[in-house]
Amino acid sequence: MPKPKVAFYWCASCGGCEETVVDLAEDILGVVEKVDIVLWPVAMDFKYKDVGAMADQSIFATLLNGAIRSTEQEAMAHLLRRKSRYLIAYGSCACTGGIPGLANQFPREQILKFNYEDAPSVVNEAKTRPQLVFEEDGRRPHLPELHHVVRSLDQVVAVDYYIPGCPPTPKLTLAAVAALLDGRLPPKGSVLAPDIALCEECPRRDSKPTDLSFTEFKRPHQKLLDPDQCFLTQGVVCMGPATRQGCEAQCIAGNMPCTGCFGGTDRVKDQGAKLLSSLCSNLGPKEEAGINQVLAGIPDPVGTFYRYGLARSLLRRKVDL
Amino acid sequence: MDKVNGNHDVRIGFYVCQCGHNIAAMVDCAELAKYVGQLPNVVLSRDYKYMCSDPGQELIQKDIKEFGLNRIVVASCSPLLHEHTFRSAVEAGGLNPFFFHMVNIREHVSWVHTDRAEATAKARALARAAIRRVAHHRALEVKKVPVHPDVLVVGGGIAGIHAALTLAKAGKKVYLVEREPSIGGHMAKFDKTFPTLDCAACILTPKMSEVGSHPNITLWSHSEVVKMDGYVGNYTVKIKRKPRYINEDLCTGCQECISHCVYKEPKFHDDFNEGLGKRKPVYIPFPQATPQVVLIDPEVCLNFKRGVLTDKCKKPCVEACGDRKAIDFKQKEELKEIKVGTIIVATGFQTFDVGRMPQYGYGRYPNVYTALEVERLVNASGPTAGDVILRDGCHPKSIGIIHCVGSRDKNTNRWCSRVCCMYSMKLAHLLKEHTEAEIYNFYIDIRAPGKGYEEFYDKLLEEGVHFIRGRVGEVTDWAFIPEEEGKLVIRVEDTLAGVVRRIPVDMVVLATGLEPQADAQDVRRLFNMSCGSEGFFLERHPKLAPVNTFTDGVYLAGCCQSPKDIPDSVAQAGAAAAEAMVLIDKGHIEQEPNTAFVVEAECSGCKSCIPLCPYTAITLNEGSKKAVINEALCKGCGTCVAACPSGSIVQNLFDDEEVFSEIQGVLAYD
Amino acid sequence: MTKEWTPRIVAFFCNWCTYTAADLAGVSRMKYAANTRTIRLMCSGRVDPQFILEAFARGADGVLIGGCHPNDCHYGEGNYKMLRRFALLQRMLQDLGIGEERLRLEWISAAEGEKVKSVINDMVKKITALGPLDLPGKCADWDRELTELAPAVEPAPVESEVTHA
Repeated sequence: MPKPKVAFYWCASCGGCEETVVDLAEDILGVVEKVDIVLWPVAMDFKYKDVGAMADQSIFATLLNGAIRSTEQEAMAHLLRRKSRYLIAYGSCACTGGIPGLANQFPREQILKFNYEDAPSVVNEAKTRPQLVFEEDGRRPHLPELHHVVRSLDQVVAVDYYIPGCPPTPKLTLAAVAALLDGRLPPKGSVLAPDIALCEECPRRDSKPTDLSFTEFKRPHQKLLDPDQCFLTQGVVCMGPATRQGCEAQCIAGNMPCTGCFGGTDRVKDQGAKLLSSLCSNLGPKEEAGINQVLAGIPDPVGTFYRYGLARSLLRRKVDL
Repeated sequence: MDKVNGNHDVRIGFYVCQCGHNIAAMVDCAELAKYVGQLPNVVLSRDYKYMCSDPGQELIQKDIKEFGLNRIVVASCSPLLHEHTFRSAVEAGGLNPFFFHMVNIREHVSWVHTDRAEATAKARALARAAIRRVAHHRALEVKKVPVHPDVLVVGGGIAGIHAALTLAKAGKKVYLVEREPSIGGHMAKFDKTFPTLDCAACILTPKMSEVGSHPNITLWSHSEVVKMDGYVGNYTVKIKRKPRYINEDLCTGCQECISHCVYKEPKFHDDFNEGLGKRKPVYIPFPQATPQVVLIDPEVCLNFKRGVLTDKCKKPCVEACGDRKAIDFKQKEELKEIKVGTIIVATGFQTFDVGRMPQYGYGRYPNVYTALEVERLVNASGPTAGDVILRDGCHPKSIGIIHCVGSRDKNTNRWCSRVCCMYSMKLAHLLKEHTEAEIYNFYIDIRAPGKGYEEFYDKLLEEGVHFIRGRVGEVTDWAFIPEEEGKLVIRVEDTLAGVVRRIPVDMVVLATGLEPQADAQDVRRLFNMSCGSEGFFLERHPKLAPVNTFTDGVYLAGCCQSPKDIPDSVAQAGAAAAEAMVLIDKGHIEQEPNTAFVVEAECSGCKSCIPLCPYTAITLNEGSKKAVINEALCKGCGTCVAACPSGSIVQNLFDDEEVFSEIQGVLAYD
Repeated sequence: MTKEWTPRIVAFFCNWCTYTAADLAGVSRMKYAANTRTIRLMCSGRVDPQFILEAFARGADGVLIGGCHPNDCHYGEGNYKMLRRFALLQRMLQDLGIGEERLRLEWISAAEGEKVKSVINDMVKKITALGPLDLPGKCADWDRELTELAPAVEPAPVESEVTHA
């Protein structure tokens, strides 16, 4: 019996999700034994027409990581959707837009201008920009066009399952792949991580008092972080209460607060809004001046609450761009 | 509690009420019904003249049975008015009453907009939201909370006294707390009451002594409520008993201590007599005070210095008291804590501060008096034993009574204080009786609406009291002609005669209006009540619930709710007592089941919710390490629901799904 | 027939104070602009920031929250919690391009029917001057750069809408 075909593809991403697959380490052999990897750009060469030549739905599962940010990524997302039985959004970028999603705060032109002209390390007096089409010696290579808006995978094609994380943990990945291969799948559209917030598996939960009230916020670099105490108790914003668990609180183990990469629980429509609500409700002061003083410790609410989820938040983007 | 919502096969019945002309004039009801009839899940859609009427309610019940409806939406008036009516109708039709939702298209639409198309569009949006929302409703049961049988009455004026007696006679245990050393309130200061000219003390004192001796009433005078905690049916109230320096249980009211006081003559400001008389440091507020117990004023008693005991006086009072040993200079403030199920607030009014109308000369001219001062002057047990003798020692031959001082005036208070016309006429009568003087009443309108009131006015006219229609401009002592020398000249436009007149009188009486007490804002916060824009305590509904407040279990009676005369205060007090008895006799109160609950399987134990609850209803379960809400304490504000960062708390009747569907509904299409 | 655009404002009113005040405005027959759509909640503390964002995302041009004055909340301090959320939310919305005039928090007591009228009229005036926010329209514009429209992430409402001339 032929082994099921599996594909990995990357869009607007950092490569960290690919690392996770590599981090499966010896377990990867178990995976490789059971499946046939037909597409993996980071590790193997391929051509678009090879993918195009595959029969529809012939790929059992495609794990696609990275946000959709360009015409090429959009095209591949559609292509892989057609060719795959199960299309899985792998990693925060594919699930909710990820860190690339923060580009939704800026117009495309501003991003291009900064990267090709204004950045401190750029030398480009001619202000050369990448072209969509370039003609030379009878050859016409194309470059994909950057979209104006960064999108999560499901804002472009229908997605079957989500494996969250920046990156997802090897454990979570293995479990998901195993479930796929065994046919033990939850309803379509499910997130393959427990639907309960991080605090439940956090080793520091007991150190948080039941009457915590915030009188100031400090960012992680602004104080010496106690390795045993709950970050919120230390006045440091931790997204844990609003973030799905499944990562075994690795960032906390590294003495850094959770930044929310697993996204919100199923019951929540906007993860960032919920953490904002929870933090603010528990502020100490009652009058405007005092309130604003405490909140000055969160200078960038968008970056703090929507670090991984801006593209999939209710507003999606800075609306006046 | 499980969050499962089985809303398969939703069958909605929608009803638009025309409310006669009230809604139909501005909202196209037929069109609205037709529009909603085409929305998903709507089985039938009707418009009808009066949905709250019996036939209207029966229509709903009939439709539920005939069409197998399992959700009902009515678009009519405010849910604050008729939600309960329709829920009961739905329940009578065999459906759980919480499968009902109401759309406000009267108070919020037809009564406040002027463009029919815009109003109808708004009604469509609101109806659409309700149709989407009601699909998510679940069957719920009303919460039953037991009610403690004891009652607290705050304020011992005529309203508080009547409420306390009514409840005590019905067998309820009542705590009556009064700030002053004696009960009786303002009525104890009056001489006679209109229109019957009954002696106020004669009709009041029997009730006061009944209060003092009734076994079911615990009277705490010279005491104030300092804190109220808890919720309807279960209030814990802290009361501060201020020290009298007299042991109430031992004092017999013989007043020997007063006669033997080192001060041979009374020297100090006498509040009860409006400063017209004097009293000693040890005193009884007035002869018929209840409790019949004296008290010592530490600010002026020689045994104290600025309120602190110095033990410097010879204390002849203690000697005079003898074996009774009722005087206790070491008495301290005492804090009492009681549990009651219902509270009646009857804290009364204060009179308008005439200093705010300097043009009437109070304080500048010695012979300008307030009405309350005159009550004490004409009173046989007042500081002058009923002799109307002015501050300059003369007897007045002419008196001007100025109505509406501090009332009906946008510069001071806009409202009419309701009692001033009547008491001004009463004072006119009494003053004429005592002095034979020429009496002039200066009025804007004569308001005599009560039983026997107009007839009283007629009598005054026959007695030869002069009534001049005009709002007095000023009172001055600046004489233009010799006849005005030494007199107070009242300058007024006589609007019936069409001239501005100068009327010289010996005495001016200012009919001061009624205002909320100075600390009304503090008191109302104490009892979790609202105030209206004028500062009087706010009733739940001006017509249908004049003695209820928005806080269940807290009721109002008397002038603290709005100015009124004695018959109306007594009537309201009876009404408040009856309302309290409704709760007490039923034994429990039914509360809207809009409580919140934590879904244990979803809670992460982050503890963000625990500090948020004002009723401390949320605690951490030590075993599961998850939050848990005590349903009996939860009041349904929903703050924890909004704050839960993982969406693990659900509020019945207002859960996220329901609210999101309403938001989507109002915005769905233009 | 296209009508001239007029703002749509979603109003979250607390039951005890603002909703009652709006009823009072009705009973007193005060007249004000018809642009608000009221959603009744028991307390302004129930207003989840998600509700506000959802309202904007679904097409609201403005969101108004009405609660009891500080110290007067029927439930003690729910309005303070709302105030604190509002402070950060308003700043964050500005960072996301939604001007502060579009999200408004007002303390309106049960007796202030007049204030309901003046706040609504004032807000409608200000938002009319700002113009429509129309997030659904903007999203549709943004998504025009895609080759195919993304599948609806939530099932589209199955309403057969009747057009109204």
